[in-house]
Amino acid sequence: MLGADAMAKCLEEEGVKAVFGYPGVAICPFFNSMLSVHIDRILVRTEQNAAHAASGYARVSGEVGVCVATSGPGATNLITGIATAYADSIPLVCITGQVDSSLLGSDVFQEADITGAAESFVKYSYLVRNAEDIPRIFKEAFHIASTGRRGPVLIDVPIDVQNTTITKFKYPEQVNLRTYKPTVKGHAVQIKKVIKALSKAKKPIICAGGGVILSGARQELRHFSHQYEIPVVSTMMGLSAMPTEDPLYFGMVGNNGKSYANRAMNDADLIIMTGARVADRAISQPDLITDNKILIHIDVDPAEIGKNVGPTIPLVGDIKAIFEELNQYELKADFSSWVALLKEYKAQAPVRKKPRDGFVDPAALIGRLSERLAENAVYVADVGQNQMWSCGYHIVKEGLFLTSGGMGTMGYSIPAAIGARAADPDRQIVAVCGDGSFQMSMMELATMQQHKLPVKIIVLQNGYLGLVREYQHNTYKGNYSVVDLSGSPDLTKLASAYDIPCLKAEDMNGLDEIIDRFLKIEGPVIMDVRIDPLDTVK
Amino acid sequence: MNKKVFQLIVENSSGVLSRISGLFSRRGYNIESITAGVTSDPGLTRITIVASGDDDILEQIEKQVAKLIDVLSVVELKAEDSVYRELLMIKLRVLPEQRASVVALTETDVFRANIIDVGPDSMIIELTGTQSKVDDFIALVDCYEIIEIARTGIAGLTRGTDKLVHINEMIQSGKPD
Repeated sequence: MLGADAMAKCLEEEGVKAVFGYPGVAICPFFNSMLSVHIDRILVRTEQNAAHAASGYARVSGEVGVCVATSGPGATNLITGIATAYADSIPLVCITGQVDSSLLGSDVFQEADITGAAESFVKYSYLVRNAEDIPRIFKEAFHIASTGRRGPVLIDVPIDVQNTTITKFKYPEQVNLRTYKPTVKGHAVQIKKVIKALSKAKKPIICAGGGVILSGARQELRHFSHQYEIPVVSTMMGLSAMPTEDPLYFGMVGNNGKSYANRAMNDADLIIMTGARVADRAISQPDLITDNKILIHIDVDPAEIGKNVGPTIPLVGDIKAIFEELNQYELKADFSSWVALLKEYKAQAPVRKKPRDGFVDPAALIGRLSERLAENAVYVADVGQNQMWSCGYHIVKEGLFLTSGGMGTMGYSIPAAIGARAADPDRQIVAVCGDGSFQMSMMELATMQQHKLPVKIIVLQNGYLGLVREYQHNTYKGNYSVVDLSGSPDLTKLASAYDIPCLKAEDMNGLDEIIDRFLKIEGPVIMDVRIDPLDTVK
Repeated sequence: MNKKVFQLIVENSSGVLSRISGLFSRRGYNIESITAGVTSDPGLTRITIVASGDDDILEQIEKQVAKLIDVLSVVELKAEDSVYRELLMIKLRVLPEQRASVVALTETDVFRANIIDVGPDSMIIELTGTQSKVDDFIALVDCYEIIEIARTGIAGLTRGTDKLVHINEMIQSGKPD
């Protein structure tokens, strides 16, 4: 058995259903060995999207996503995707081919120091020197990626290592990492403190971040909120932790969030920040949330606690395990008048300014679309104005809301949706992007067709890089620079070149019917939506 | 600005130093000195880092370093229960007629420095001590022309007998909280 066979076998042992990648000479032994295992090999059209697709796969399956690239440019092209996953704590194993070990460091053709280059975007990385280490390294990599604070792990494998014969293959049952033991169970004393603080609070609020979804704690969080009648707001990454229309849910916080969510945070006397980093876009003035408030910060990563804000009660551990424990307690408290106040705030929320006639209102489109989506649909939002509208107007039921939150990587939605489809062939999956972000990933239409991974794509077209245009309008008095997207393709023609149906929505007339048709079409479909070029996110 | 001495016990694996130094540079932490050497367990390396920053930064440094997969433990070596030492080698321009006074300086009980090389018009002096002792000595010989200085940065250990047991326990039970 070759090292490359062992690599493929390791993926099989880990239960990987699909890998996303792009070959080159340095990773050819691996792809050859992949022919003898039952794992789908999905050829993306550029390596960055292999990492995004693996991210979508990971987020929908709850497993580790796997992407593969060759040495040199293949590997460096992966980096943005790896960084995107790192910023959002998505578990990936990224495999790269490398030049022959004997040539390492001599700048030969397609050599790049990828473990060095990706260092600040990975949870850990390996450069495999000895083929016999492959089973141990793969076992460790999957373990590190999927435990504690999740994240990408890179395995760089020189071609000669892939071609080395190994004497025996035994996939380890367990990892033996003396230096890596993430905390799972919350400290009992701290948990009691949380309950005690809650029993004294009058206006508590839970702020749910992406960690809630990553740890699979949605049900536990909802149970906790409902059991004690504690209202919940979320960060962008925490969207879909609660159904949008849950009576105890009060929207997304932050400068692009709901006014009533921010008011709730400001008025609260106790905040349970859970699986959230207190990052700048969610909490612009971290000092304010500790001012006259008790802050309970729950996170699996101890380094996040106290990084941006000093909590009153720090609580390190896996969110699911912690909420399971918190749910065991009896709490005598009545927060109904507080919830009633928040409902008032919600009723007073300003209504969005309607865009000019003759265009589709993206907020209305997204709202009407989500009413019609399946209960467990996966909604993948791209980056830009489209993302802000998606955050604001998509109504999550039991499904998932995926986006690139931390890094804000344009072009994420289509490959991530393809990865989501590979993880679950039966779910409804919709990607919503702008004309800028669509063009960053439109080459993946071919991937979709080739591998029969149909995704429904909505492109909000305004002929601008809209969010930057809006920023230039506000900051540079409307002096637009390099935001005009003239020259964009005719989507109907483009779609037809890929043999994908394309529906056009030019204004509000007949929009419902177009959405119905869009959702009814089996297989891939694109909706080309004309929106007001001067529309803004607020 | 405060200063703290951190002792890291890390896996003796390739890339571990670059992971640590990369962490300091990308997060903008100040590193005043860093030294590394194997421990009594050849699989583990002891790294001593002197870092400076305000208390929040120092707390973040400790947490971010602890988060690195290769790091087994991070402890602060507090001045009151640790000893620190740094090695200094200093090359001075010393003319033959000045030699006696330099020799006298090295022989004082305060410094206990050694002359390790003598040339026609230069000397290399070696001194081991705390950072402040090294600083003091450099100030003292400043009246001569200093040609070159090599300082190692500090190494440190906690006092008492608990250190090795401590490492072994950590290996068995995982990282301390």
